[in-house]
Parts: sequence; C-alpha cells; structure tokens
Amino acid sequence: MISFTDVNVGDAIAERSFSASNVSLFLYNAIIWNAHRIHYDEPYTQQVERHPAIVIDGPLQGDWLSQCALNWAGDAADLVNFRYRNSTAAYLGETLITGGTVVEVDQSARQVRVELFVKNQKGEVITPGEATLRFSQSPNEPVAPGNTTADS
Amino acid sequence: MGDLLTKEHLSWIGKEEAPVTVEVSRRDIIKYAVATEQQQRKYLDGDEAPPMFIFNLFGPISSLSDLRTDGLAVGLGGGPQMPLPRVMAGGTEIRFTRPIRAGDSLTGVRKITGMYEKSGSTGPLIFTVRTLTVTDAAGDAVLEEIQTGINR
Repeated sequence: MISFTDVNVGDAIAERSFSASNVSLFLYNAIIWNAHRIHYDEPYTQQVERHPAIVIDGPLQGDWLSQCALNWAGDAADLVNFRYRNSTAAYLGETLITGGTVVEVDQSARQVRVELFVKNQKGEVITPGEATLRFSQSPNEPVAPGNTTADS
Repeated sequence: MGDLLTKEHLSWIGKEEAPVTVEVSRRDIIKYAVATEQQQRKYLDGDEAPPMFIFNLFGPISSLSDLRTDGLAVGLGGGPQMPLPRVMAGGTEIRFTRPIRAGDSLTGVRKITGMYEKSGSTGPLIFTVRTLTVTDAAGDAVLEEIQTGINR
C-alpha cells in the first residue's frame, strides 16, 4: 500500500506475471458464464476459429490490469475510472506481465491517473489500459495544493 | 465505411434491453477472486467484488438449445444477427460510483450505443458499443460500463 503524499508522476507500478492454465481459464469462464469454445476446446479453436492455441480471455487481462493498480494503491484508494483495450490476442502457454506508471496526480481531488499495460513475453503491449484512483484522506496527512502531470 | 451494416443493423442503436436484476453472493465473489488470482483480502473473503466482477454479470443465461456451436448464446448481447459470426472482446471503460458488495441487489440496463465497421489485417471487422447502467436496490448509481465487442 502507498500513501497519497508519497505518489509522484513517473512512479512505476510493480510488475506481476500471470501464467493462465487450462484450469484457471475454466474457472474464470465458469464464473463469468462464458461457454465460448476458444477458451477450452483446442481443436475447435485451431480448426474453426483459426487461432494458434486456446485464447486467454480479454476481460481476464482487464481484471489483471485493474489488480495492478489496486494492489499498488491498497485499501487507501478506490477505482473511479478504468479502461482497457485488447489490441492483440494472447494464448495459453504465454506468460503475461502487468505493470504501469503514474501519469497524473490531482492533489485537490486526491486522484491519481495511472497508465497500465499487459505485455507478452516479446515485450509487446497487448492490452493497454488506464485507471483513475481516488485516495481517501488519512489522519495527520498534510494537504498539498496543485496538480502534476507527465507533461508538466 | 464498409457495406456490411444495413439500416436494420443500425436501427438497433439506442434501443434499450429489458432490465436484469442480479443478487450478488459472497460465494460468487470468492469464486471470481480465486479464478482471477486476486491478492486483496476483501476480495478473497467476498466482502467486496473486484471491479471486473461486473463482466457479463447481466448477460443472458440461455438454455443449452439456445447456444450456438461456438458456445455463445444466440443473439448474444442483444441486437441484430451480425454478418460476421466470430465474436471477440474489444475493450471496456467503466466509471464506478461505488464498489459492489456481497448482498447487493443490482439492476443493469444495457443498450447499443454505437455500431461501425473497420478493415482489419485479417478482413472486415464490426464494432458494437454497448452501454450498461447499473443501479442498486435504492435506485442509486453503482457504475456505468461502455463495452466494445468485435465481430470478425
């Protein structure tokens, strides 16, 4: 967990790797009630939908991105805005890495905007994202005025 | 602009689907938290739902006879039958008013808010934008999700 007063533009958010398995994809697709065969039926996935392997769900990568931001901020912050875009498919067997960078700190609103990424093993960003987190005020914390952004 | 989308397709823009009400259970939150490898206690204990728990929470639960051979429901997500049958997740933006908690009774209303064509590296693509508005039992806003689905 991080304190709002310690957040600065340019701060890196810790990277984390994810290696989905047949079992984890089964459990994920069961709980979101998704029977799309590209997530569990390899012959169908390859022969009919022409993917090279079982597809790792795009929204699952979105979840991993949201965790990246929330685990960095800890209980002191709530997610107020979150977006991501699945630009390149990922397949079973790939290890994916999440991470990000602080790009804006709004002192008056106590909000922090972070840019996020899911990268594949080649280092390609396959799911870019962005989150805005609002930090709650903690006791004895000084109030600092003004905003800072990556452009300022 | 391609010529795959007809006036009939585009006439679906702005149409609202019937509201869907969901009771959020602690057990479902825990299942989701395990499947997505959450690390925060509030999620693993099911007190609060991870933000992306919302994905497909208000989706249809179709009978087996209403599932297509690819595993997806006939008429998935509402709207017209698309000329391109393969479905992929595109991207999502969510604005959160408050977190989802175990015991919440949530009502989601979804409507198609955009539909357009693009040329991709593998051929034509159709993008469908759906906006989901979620309120709680008191009628207060919980979140708004804007989701893009891709037919290819």
